[in-house]
Amino acid sequence: MAIFLFLAPFAAGLAAFVIKSDRLRRRLLFTVACAHAAFSLYLCLFPPGGEDYRWLWFGLDALSRYFMAVFSLLFLCASFYAVIYLKGEKSRPREKKEEGLLFNNAPEAAFTGCLLVFLACMSLLALSRHFGLIWISMEATTLVSAPLIYFHRQRSSLEATWKYLLICSVGIALALFGNLFLAVSASGQSPGTEISIDRLLGPGVRLDPLWLKAGFIFVLVGYGTKMGLAPMHTWLPDAHSEAPSVASALLSGALLNCAFLAVLRFYQLCLANGIGSFCRELFLIFGILSMAVAAVFIIGQSDYKRLLAYSSVEHMGILCFAVAVGTAYGSMLQAANHSFIKGALFICAGNILAGFRSKRIADVRGIAHVMPWAGILWFTGILAICGMPPFGAFLSEWIILKAAFSGGNLLLPVVYLFLLGVIFIGMTGTGIRMTFGVPSIPEGKKSFLSLLPALLLLLLSLFLGIYMPAALDGAVSGAAALLGGQG
Amino acid sequence: MLDGILMLLVLLNLFSLGSTRISASIRVVAYQGAAIGLVPLFLPGKITGGILVAIVSVTLLVKAVILPWFLRYAQKRVNVRREEKPFVGASTSILSGVAALGTAFFISSRLPIPFAVASPFIVPVALSVSLTGFFIIISRAEALSQVIGYLILENGIYLFGIALLLEQPLLVEIGMLLDVFVGIFVMGITVFHISREFEHTDTSRLSGLADWLPEGKRSE
Repeated sequence: MAIFLFLAPFAAGLAAFVIKSDRLRRRLLFTVACAHAAFSLYLCLFPPGGEDYRWLWFGLDALSRYFMAVFSLLFLCASFYAVIYLKGEKSRPREKKEEGLLFNNAPEAAFTGCLLVFLACMSLLALSRHFGLIWISMEATTLVSAPLIYFHRQRSSLEATWKYLLICSVGIALALFGNLFLAVSASGQSPGTEISIDRLLGPGVRLDPLWLKAGFIFVLVGYGTKMGLAPMHTWLPDAHSEAPSVASALLSGALLNCAFLAVLRFYQLCLANGIGSFCRELFLIFGILSMAVAAVFIIGQSDYKRLLAYSSVEHMGILCFAVAVGTAYGSMLQAANHSFIKGALFICAGNILAGFRSKRIADVRGIAHVMPWAGILWFTGILAICGMPPFGAFLSEWIILKAAFSGGNLLLPVVYLFLLGVIFIGMTGTGIRMTFGVPSIPEGKKSFLSLLPALLLLLLSLFLGIYMPAALDGAVSGAAALLGGQG
Repeated sequence: MLDGILMLLVLLNLFSLGSTRISASIRVVAYQGAAIGLVPLFLPGKITGGILVAIVSVTLLVKAVILPWFLRYAQKRVNVRREEKPFVGASTSILSGVAALGTAFFISSRLPIPFAVASPFIVPVALSVSLTGFFIIISRAEALSQVIGYLILENGIYLFGIALLLEQPLLVEIGMLLDVFVGIFVMGITVFHISREFEHTDTSRLSGLADWLPEGKRSE
């Protein structure tokens, strides 16, 4: 049954390329998104008892159910926004403010089709139990999301698309090396051992530790490129700032998490083979480095979509840091919160961009006066992403801090807090300047409907922050248990 | 015979580093793909019969025929003849290729394969092919050269995989081949767009996006 989570959006995506009617295509997008979200949420919260679903190299465990539910919910909200956005955009030539050039958008059919196939590829990644298949779906997400970035047919988007394609393809090629190293390490005992998770975690399999370590390095660097870990993050701010906001929300909230999931799959094997501490050291290095790089670029950032992109780099760093200090639970919770809040922020950014027609922070003043809803949600979102209570990110960052303190090394929590503090100042400073003050445009667009998904996503994060139902807690702990327990 | 093919691959590596003409690079990549496609024929008794024929013919078709043909088509369409301003000159590139070969031998001496392999040179040669591809990606400015570099990088990985681990499920191998195939196509199409939009495909001049650019320099 669960294979339909891949097949349905895939088929719908192919159909979207040929459907002529815009209305029908948009309805298809939203219907598939609803069904996907409902089904994956159900699977996550009420997992089928007893034996997990298994078929060939497909299957769902607590980890994939959790990640699937998170990106599926985000996709639902993003697709709602996409429908409104596409209606407004309707392939008319627009003027790019900075250059006064006319440019067209890519055909809407291709955009919708790519969105759906993108969802299908991410679902395939979550469903895969074979490392080769995980790699294939990861590469496929790069290829289908490239056209999403190049939706606005203009030079800067093209440049971003090229960087994205080349850097991520090379990164994923390195990850393929990592997977082959894994196959070598599995073949030491008996040649041709299948590199599926169940086989390798099964009884009596010993992996060669040297090749496994080498493989983990390659996988972390390779998928880490896709995940946006510094110093391989350079494509990320360009792609996130140039893509239409729907695509940015999905790239940031869903795709980065999926890359993290791919790394975690490998980490599971490393844990089972006793090299967990080696991996955690690497996670720590990349985690701290990503947070530090993000902090540097958030301070003094002049483009608010790039600001959000660097905040994603920061949060990917936090996810790694959390695993490194031994709280997979905190990492899981943080992943969900980041997805929801960042999705909301990108949707707000899309609205702000539509109203102010500029991505420069200096051009945007007084959102709260001309676009009250956008202003409120934007500022709330900025506070939430920085870890202000009562939003969920506060809870998860607190759990991570606690784990860092209990580790014994006092330097880690201090560095972590310092970087969070710097980023907090940088982000809220920008948020205040943009939201309040004398408006820089006379009148903004006051459409509430296009902000509704942002509101819903923020409410989701708020919900995660104040109330944790047993089913949800079970889902998070179940996912964390696969990564070495609650810690 | 296997060692002969591996030897040929090393020479092709050096050729690809030395040539700045795009059409020559494409030809080198085609030969490289053909050589790698033939490797399974000389592996002792791992896989035989129909599956062997299938793997060899699909690999040859994709790596030695279709992709080089597409690259040639792309080259004609965007009308670039040669790498005008590579970041690293031809002779330095070849020297780097030799250094890469040395590095590859060093790495593989530190990572002993835990089972019997057909030739001790498979791992170092595969690594050196990949390193060469990597080097071409970062040292060339033309978008098409970078695509060729990516293909060489993938060729190295494919050699590593097919020579050591043929027993992995066929479906997965075909999937990997397909991904690379589609990847090259998507990159090629992006190159068409770049050439139409910018009237050049020199990626060193794609520098409109950055943090902290001086005022007025933002986006070309």
